[in-house]
Amino acid sequence: MKHTLFFKDATPNDYVLLGGKGASLASMTCANLPVPIGFCVTTHAYEAFLHDSGHGETIFQKVASIPFEKVSELDAISAQIRQLIIASELPAEVAESIKQSYRALCELCNANDDLPVAVRSSATAEDLPDASFAGQQDTYLWVVGEEAVLEHVRKCWASLFTSRAINYRRDQKIVENEVLMSVVVQKMVNARTAGVAMTLNPTNGDRSTIAIDAAWGLGEAVVSGEVTPDNYLVDKVMMHIVKANIQHKHIEHVPDKVSRKVLTREVPEDRASQPSLTESEVKEVCRMAKIIEKHYKCPQDIEWAIDADLPEGQNFTLLQSRPETVWSQKKTATAPAFKMGMEGLVGSLINPLASKK
Amino acid sequence: MSATKFISPYDDKAPAGSEGWRELYPYYMLFHDNLKEREEAKFFFCDSQHWPNVFKPFDAITVEFFVRCLGAYNTRQWLIPPANGVDFKIHNGYCYMSPVGVSPELIGDRVPQFLERAGHYFMNWNDLLDNWHQKVQRVIKDMETLKFEPLPDVISIEDVKGGVGTDPSLQLSQNYNRLIELCYEVCMYHFEFLNLGYAAYLDFFGFCKESFPNIPDLAVAKMVQGIEVDLFRPDEEIRKLAKLAIELNVSAVVLENDVNDALSALATSENGQQWLAAWEAAKNPWFNFTSGNGMYSSDKYWRDHLDIPFGYLKTYTGRLLKGENIDRPTEAIAAERERITEEYRDLLPNDEAIAAFEGKLGLARLVFPYVENHNFYIEHWSLGVFWRKMRELSAIFQKAGFWSDVEDIFYFRREEIWQIIFDYGNAWAIGVPYIGPDYLPQEIERRKGILAALATAPPKPAYNEPPAVITEPFTIMLWGITTESVQSWLGGSDDTSSLKGMAASPGVVEGRARVITSAEDLDQLVEGEILVTRVTAPSWAPVFGKIKATVTDIGGMMSHAAIVCREYGLPAVTGTGSASTAIKTGDLIKVNGSSGEVLIVEAA
Repeated sequence: MKHTLFFKDATPNDYVLLGGKGASLASMTCANLPVPIGFCVTTHAYEAFLHDSGHGETIFQKVASIPFEKVSELDAISAQIRQLIIASELPAEVAESIKQSYRALCELCNANDDLPVAVRSSATAEDLPDASFAGQQDTYLWVVGEEAVLEHVRKCWASLFTSRAINYRRDQKIVENEVLMSVVVQKMVNARTAGVAMTLNPTNGDRSTIAIDAAWGLGEAVVSGEVTPDNYLVDKVMMHIVKANIQHKHIEHVPDKVSRKVLTREVPEDRASQPSLTESEVKEVCRMAKIIEKHYKCPQDIEWAIDADLPEGQNFTLLQSRPETVWSQKKTATAPAFKMGMEGLVGSLINPLASKK
Repeated sequence: MSATKFISPYDDKAPAGSEGWRELYPYYMLFHDNLKEREEAKFFFCDSQHWPNVFKPFDAITVEFFVRCLGAYNTRQWLIPPANGVDFKIHNGYCYMSPVGVSPELIGDRVPQFLERAGHYFMNWNDLLDNWHQKVQRVIKDMETLKFEPLPDVISIEDVKGGVGTDPSLQLSQNYNRLIELCYEVCMYHFEFLNLGYAAYLDFFGFCKESFPNIPDLAVAKMVQGIEVDLFRPDEEIRKLAKLAIELNVSAVVLENDVNDALSALATSENGQQWLAAWEAAKNPWFNFTSGNGMYSSDKYWRDHLDIPFGYLKTYTGRLLKGENIDRPTEAIAAERERITEEYRDLLPNDEAIAAFEGKLGLARLVFPYVENHNFYIEHWSLGVFWRKMRELSAIFQKAGFWSDVEDIFYFRREEIWQIIFDYGNAWAIGVPYIGPDYLPQEIERRKGILAALATAPPKPAYNEPPAVITEPFTIMLWGITTESVQSWLGGSDDTSSLKGMAASPGVVEGRARVITSAEDLDQLVEGEILVTRVTAPSWAPVFGKIKATVTDIGGMMSHAAIVCREYGLPAVTGTGSASTAIKTGDLIKVNGSSGEVLIVEAA
């Protein structure tokens, strides 16, 4: 039973143990994509925790007892469960495995057992794509040291039981004991700029377009919607920036090396309105996005960052990629009929496209 | 802020000093007062893409013949379902176009006829095109054969004894008529394939835009564009000659002399003679090439101005000696075309879409070589011969004292020239002095004054009320005019420091602008400058070796300028409407050929 597994060591058979996010990072690592180095605390570890602590039964009973019509009770029970998880000891074997992997990670990064890492939850449920869990579990940034890592692994597990998550599973009729959680522990990126890239245009489904949102600092500002990001539309084939909409990005989240925390700070006025990516960086994001889309053979929704600590050319990092769901599911329904040959020509003459706007 | 209509031509007064300008052009090309209501109901746009300058009276022949022949194909030969011809006028010296649509209720009936007529051409495209080449070459040969010689003192004894019975003034008059007819004929051929070629292109273009709403126009152009294009041959010939000069060790002669001295010097050595043989071989047909667009008598053709190709030859030779590679990367261009095509095809959702893509692309690629190449055969080669023959005719009158400059003939309408020929033959017949020498020089001066006055005012972008939506396919295809571009003309330019046009050739550069108003000023361009002009001609190709980017007022994605800029890998923004007046020579400008924006960073 593997309790932890480095991205680079995971085989496709292991992906089921890593949750959606973890499996994606492992598979991108294997494809030589620039994923920050890291490991997963597997679902085995989570199962061992539930089993060894005896909390598994307790938790499922508590969830089952929730009267959903009473929001206050849902919140109260949710808080109890999370407290239970956070306060419990990890099984020794699991704790040891995580500590060992963390130390190995520090060593690989030439850090003295104090490598700042991001600890991210990566949930999984039988027969369910990861996307349906998007954004529902927590991510902790700038976690430093073995004990802190252990603590945040528990916090991630606990995040499975927020009111919102419990409610969601109930709505989606997901069976509670089929839901498992893996936790990603990954070298922290000191993001100068970060954001998301979609390998299609989210407004019209155009698959020849890559849409990028980017803002200063860590990607959380973009994902959470705290800032209006710079928006770029790039033609995937020609690699032309078709549209660049530069915004005023007033705040940024940045890791603070002294306090070992993520700070939210005002962006100085002159930088706030500057593009957060250079033209060649926009193209680099697109180049990666194209490779990732090809790797997964379907449109992707990608989180990326540009690491301020790494030299240009090596500073682009991929944080996450998941299948795009909105347009990819819509498409099959509306295949237009094409007029061919002379008939098509007559159609184009009578109603030239440029006149349709 | 923005108006909803352009001014009426009836309110657009001619500049001071141009009084009498209406006499310089045919009556059917003018706006007449008693037709005000009818003419004001039409939307006219200025075609400064093809005719950017004020017309000399004779030069109106090109707009008459070309646009009339375009119309005949739409209206009478193909029965293009939604489109008849294009109405055209000259106002204040510039030409304005008004495409004529077909009433919606009549469109359906035209479809079956269009299918049969155009279908036949698409089905037999290459055979018919071979035939086209033969027809055009025959016209060129017929023009070349026409002789314009002064009348002899007496009729030859052979003619007398042969009982010919007519005198040579008849031949002169016939040859002039024949020359005009041959020009008319070749203008017809110009449109035999063009409208259909654009229609097939438009069909593929529409499919791409529907499948990929954000696809850059440029991407569609790149998929269709040919690799070996006749229009680039003249430039290629010069490159070959530059290489040969180095191979034969005569590059110093080329670099150190002007064209005449160099050619005489080369004739004195064996290697030089070998090079000269290649130069002569390249001349016909490839020096039948103009740095204008062939639409004006003032366009300079390489064959008549050897200093032009020789200048380019010097540039290429110099670059070769510096170790630069001057070859067109044809293999890379072909590979890139295939990469782009494959990548878009792979993004299509299903087999049906892929089949449609391939079918429409196949047709577009079949027809597109014509769209790209016809300019060489008509505007460059045929019209080059035509203008030269007109000068041969003019030389007769110049010698007889009718005027002092061969160019003066173009200050007369074509039917006036028939009168001048008659005056010449008439006086010769009677045995009295010609009237022309005592009448025409003053008239030429008067007309020069009128034209100079007209040229002081730029053309208006359009007249009257535009349609709410531009649906006329030829307006969109041939002129690149869309609802948006008309709106932007109407909106005017509040902010003159930034301009928006078509992203015609990708890339971003910053540099000093050089505003060029005519082909003759091209030699002012300094290495590394950005060419800003109303419209470029593809034959400006050799200057693209030294400029950084191009910005034009007029032209779409498939305009000549756009095609050549892409070929040369230069950023280009076309169709800005007003760059050549908004930007001044010496301004520091930033050209974004990927987004279509031009920014004046710092005024000179």
